[in-house]
Amino acid sequence: MEQREREFLEYVQGGGQVEAGDWLPDEYRARLRKFIEMHGNSELMGVLPEREWILRAPTLQRKLALTAKVQDEVGHAQLIYRVVEDLGKPREECLDDLISGKSKFHNVFHYPTKTWGDVGVIAWLVDAAAIISQKALLKCSYAPYARIMKKICWEESFHILHGRDVILTLMNGTDDQRELVQEALNRWWGPLMQFHGNPIEPEQDPMFVWRIKSQGNDEARQQFLDGYVPQIWELGLTVPDPELRKDEESGRWLYTEPDWDELMHVVTGHGPKTEDRLDLRRAARENSAWVRSVLLAA
Amino acid sequence: MIYEVFRQERKGQAFQHAGSIEAADERFAESYAREQYGRRGESQALWVVARDSIMRIEEFVDELNRNYHRVDGYPLKEKLKEARERAGTAAPRDR
Amino acid sequence: MKERAQLLLEIADDELILGWRDSEWTGIAPFLEEDVAFSSIAQNEVGHARALYELAARDLGTTADELAFDRKPEEYRCSELVELRLPEWERTIARHVLYEQADAERLARLKTSDDAELAGLAAKIDREEVYHRLHAEMWAERLQAEPRFIAALDELRPLVDRRKGHSPELAELWDEMTSVRRSQPAGTKW
Repeated sequence: MEQREREFLEYVQGGGQVEAGDWLPDEYRARLRKFIEMHGNSELMGVLPEREWILRAPTLQRKLALTAKVQDEVGHAQLIYRVVEDLGKPREECLDDLISGKSKFHNVFHYPTKTWGDVGVIAWLVDAAAIISQKALLKCSYAPYARIMKKICWEESFHILHGRDVILTLMNGTDDQRELVQEALNRWWGPLMQFHGNPIEPEQDPMFVWRIKSQGNDEARQQFLDGYVPQIWELGLTVPDPELRKDEESGRWLYTEPDWDELMHVVTGHGPKTEDRLDLRRAARENSAWVRSVLLAA
Repeated sequence: MIYEVFRQERKGQAFQHAGSIEAADERFAESYAREQYGRRGESQALWVVARDSIMRIEEFVDELNRNYHRVDGYPLKEKLKEARERAGTAAPRDR
Repeated sequence: MKERAQLLLEIADDELILGWRDSEWTGIAPFLEEDVAFSSIAQNEVGHARALYELAARDLGTTADELAFDRKPEEYRCSELVELRLPEWERTIARHVLYEQADAERLARLKTSDDAELAGLAAKIDREEVYHRLHAEMWAERLQAEPRFIAALDELRPLVDRRKGHSPELAELWDEMTSVRRSQPAGTKW
């Protein structure tokens, strides 16, 4: 590593932040841009599992809250792609790579949503897992990204409230409604446990080394379990993992090792809904190409 | 075109950079800025400016160490300690 | 009382169904900034519907949600304009432009009503609609030279405020809109 890079590394490891116009080591810039791009892709793809439920929301209040939540996610994608653009990759290129499968998005958005129970579980637990990762980005060494994370985290907190409200209402309702939640939880638990990524030591994780993330994968997962397993159990729900328990001595949660092969398989574009959703994106983009030309032409 | 958005959270506070949006013209920029930075009622006011209109100033010259313009040009701590000792009024933890 | 309720339902149904159609663009609008803006419009429409249903609900002794979701498709009083599925942007914008014009006139009339509650609600809705109108005008200006946009305006103009019956699309919409709600007995909380 050359001198200038080493100084940069020391600077960010000491809590220093950099701006868009500053000199960035090539490796840092490349890893950073890829990471942020994947986040943007995820926000955009995250809209697709949920948007159909806006149309099926069973009350006006739920319809409004869910529309607002999904709208936030589109807004996040917009903010994030702008940051990527300022790092040198135009939005249209990002969308090209997303649709062609060249770039990735998070595992959870490759799975189907089957019932209103999924709507609750996603807003309550999937968003909770995401917010833990996002809070670890508030201190990102790249300041433009850290700044948009503030707005993103603030808006995500509303999503979790909405999720909790949906779940609690269902749990206090009919037997069928409670069953909706349990069944959805059974399907989402696996992807949730995989969400924070392989158990890589922070010092081996380039994202942590460059202080793009301020937290390792395992730590994020532990934080998730600490915060949310008690919430799940107190409602009388069961987690579909008989090994899940907190080791009193170490204070760490023990669980069945997540299926890392499944995670790899899914994020490389082989999830149950990956193709359908990318097809939808592709079609929407093609059909509206003329609109973008008209606006550019003026 | 890229427009930068600055938002004011409460009256009297400074406008802070909140992000940027892409828009075909000022009318679209206004519409989109309102949505992106105001739909949750989170801003008192917004300033929306075309990025090209912003003048950036990032280099400042200080060749001759003008420390009289800075706090480090006024080393008071030691002098105060000495003066207090002379007057016998040094604070207990300084003695 | 009942007469006012029927008028309220007409406007509420227009706003609910239009809001539903506008929500179909969430996540797939021509570009992200527009996706966010159009989603706000859809939310406002549903919000207006809710306020109107709430007023009607008091007159009819029921709740806003019951009025919004528990009637049969034939009972809805929305216009033929709002119920159509329009997956092309030029047709969606054409509808948006035509609807906002007609709605502005309707609200202007209601604001002068002797019924203070009705006039008050119309005024509130009108103030929010200012941004919808600006948005519609902005797009109309941009697309004014586009043949497909002009064709869409011509196609949809006759349907503005036309309430001669419902297309089969409304029944399909209703089916999806109420599928979750109908899965449990009436009165179930969601």
